[in-house]
Amino acid sequence: MTSLGKDLLDLESLSPEQITAILDTAEPLKAISLRAIKKVPTLRGETIVNLFFEASTRTRVSFEFAEKRMSADAVNVAIGNSSVSKGETLVDTARNLEAMKIDMVVIRHQASGAARFLAERIESNVINAGDGTHEHPTQGLLDLLTLRDRWGSLQGRRVCLCGDVLHSRVARSNIHGLRKMGAEVAVCGPRSLLPNGAEEALGVTVFDRIEAAIEWADALNILRLQLERMTAGYIPSLREYNRVFGVTRERLDRAPRDLLILHPGPMTRGVEIDSDVADGPHSLILDQVTNGVAVRMAVLYLLRGGRPDLATAGTAAGE
Amino acid sequence: MTTRPLLLTGGHLLDPSIGLDGTGDLLLVDGVVAAVGGSIAGPADAIRVDCSGRHVTPGFIDVHCHLREPGREDVETIATGARAAAAGGFTAVCAMPNTDPVTDNQAAVGFIRAQAAKADASRVYPIGAISVGMNGDRLSEMGEMVAAGAVAVSDDGRPVVSAQLMRTALEYARTFGIPVADHCEEPTLAHGGVMNEGIISARLGLKGIPSESEEIMVIRDILLARRTGGRVHLCHMSTWGSVELIRWGKERGIPVTAEVCPHHLTLTEDRVGQYDTNAKMNPPLRTQRDVDALVAALKDGTIDCVATDHAPHHNDEKNREFADAPNGIVGLETALSVLMTWLVAPGTITLSQLVEKMSCAPARVFGLAGGTLRRGAIADVTVLDAAAAWTVQGSDFRSKGRNSPWLGSTLRGRVDRCIVGGRQVHVRDGLA
Repeated sequence: MTSLGKDLLDLESLSPEQITAILDTAEPLKAISLRAIKKVPTLRGETIVNLFFEASTRTRVSFEFAEKRMSADAVNVAIGNSSVSKGETLVDTARNLEAMKIDMVVIRHQASGAARFLAERIESNVINAGDGTHEHPTQGLLDLLTLRDRWGSLQGRRVCLCGDVLHSRVARSNIHGLRKMGAEVAVCGPRSLLPNGAEEALGVTVFDRIEAAIEWADALNILRLQLERMTAGYIPSLREYNRVFGVTRERLDRAPRDLLILHPGPMTRGVEIDSDVADGPHSLILDQVTNGVAVRMAVLYLLRGGRPDLATAGTAAGE
Repeated sequence: MTTRPLLLTGGHLLDPSIGLDGTGDLLLVDGVVAAVGGSIAGPADAIRVDCSGRHVTPGFIDVHCHLREPGREDVETIATGARAAAAGGFTAVCAMPNTDPVTDNQAAVGFIRAQAAKADASRVYPIGAISVGMNGDRLSEMGEMVAAGAVAVSDDGRPVVSAQLMRTALEYARTFGIPVADHCEEPTLAHGGVMNEGIISARLGLKGIPSESEEIMVIRDILLARRTGGRVHLCHMSTWGSVELIRWGKERGIPVTAEVCPHHLTLTEDRVGQYDTNAKMNPPLRTQRDVDALVAALKDGTIDCVATDHAPHHNDEKNREFADAPNGIVGLETALSVLMTWLVAPGTITLSQLVEKMSCAPARVFGLAGGTLRRGAIADVTVLDAAAAWTVQGSDFRSKGRNSPWLGSTLRGRVDRCIVGGRQVHVRDGLA
């Protein structure tokens, strides 16, 4: 079996084989969520701490479902309730968690590199649930799984990430993951929201106009404007952004082919995406959410050594 | 305090200020160079030190370091900083004013001098703040600070944002003949940045500091020096663009000088690797193109001198998330060896050129005594072993700081002795 190593920190350092292993593992795990009793004993006895230094609903709940469906004991630590709010450093937090003999940590943190910082200092497996503006690997993986489900393979497909790429950890994970799996990747947005030198730094094509991106792409992954991370006025107004870069039904109707639409959420309807696109027939947004649980189950399973006999087994109740 | 005469025998005397490059003796008496070159008998009571196989140079001078006292004595004191300086071959260092409280008045300048005198190691020259509290609003009392012993003014650590204040500082400082040393950083461009803006920052998801943040201030300062005739000294240059602007200024006879740090001459942004906080500094490590331009500028004189920007931090402060860790590394004890390893050993510059950049030029730029072995000069001397190889270990540092990107590296060249005012203030362990 392809090993993931101790931690899942980013997609940049994973091989195509490792990514494939995660996606292949996730595929059958989807069925668990469809059962009457949504639980397998795979991670019974394992203790997992969900350490969220930033507000999150979607990712935290998705991880928690994944952990509970694998029978792990999960503890949620939110920043507001932790010693960190009293001035404790991340390294002290790590040492304390380690002293409690936990097995895994899922960390969401506002600082790029925080997950790696933690992973280098504790024995437990660490999963990056989003670090600053660096990566969000499980989101990238669930996006890959969602597209692979539709296309069978990502080879040669064209995916454009639209919007606030500069502040997006989702974008970096998608770019690395998609390129490793053979897709062509582009970004589209105002230059003020794209990393300077994105072409060279990330190996992507840059579109200045959303119309050109729509004409080129097979799928659009539409990113939220991260207004909370914007310390300078990167765009003049949300209204203008929607007029120039918003993905609208009218624009999609002019596309040469039907585009698949993804969005990592939370969506700001009427800004980066219009409701009739978000809820339209080509939207995969809810599939992404469903696949998120399966991907996270797969990552948890593989990082703990992967026991095939327990991965998809029924419970003692025999469902 | 009387000091016995010191006779250094058989060393390779190397002093570009007087064209000295050959074997000979050096006699230091009553704090000054009494005789230099040839075979010197020396007085009977002289302490004799055999320097054969060693280079004997004018003492190094660092025009830019942070000694943290007062305010952060837990990370460095003037005494530990002065001892670290001596261990690195620096007979004199200039201490930046971003202490707590800020060195912005004559009492604070006097305190630093008093602490340095007690430390009994390398000389410490205070640099006063340009503005009161380094707040960028109101000029500090430069005249009184100079009278108390300040040798320059700077708000280093913070740029002088107001062009008008910078202009006034340059005009006013002319009265006292001191340079105004500026931390060149346009703050609205650099805002929130933690490393060089480029490919690596884009990949790591770290906010970048563009080169233009430095260059905009470099050209502003040069133009203000042209307008005022005041001497501007540009701190820790890091970009090829800055080099071109300084060259432009010097070609026009504008009174501008500049320094470069060993880390900007040898390391690139790649060194950040996976968020290594010992590669986090301001200005940040840049690209190979910048490194190449800085080295060339040091060679051709566009950049005048080397300075360490020695910036000790507590391990706990560096051992954290990259974006939240403080900027800076220690440098006093590794500067010579780093530059010997990366620039002298490969033949990029000669040891004589390095001595010029670490000793003669800094003395000239800041108008300090030293930087020469000329007869009658103050007896500040460094003895070094150019052939030595050593591995950098934080536990060996005299500085309280351990934040060095060179920990574990094996470097060429090492300081054996540091002589201040004719007295040995540092002798490497194991030597008599």
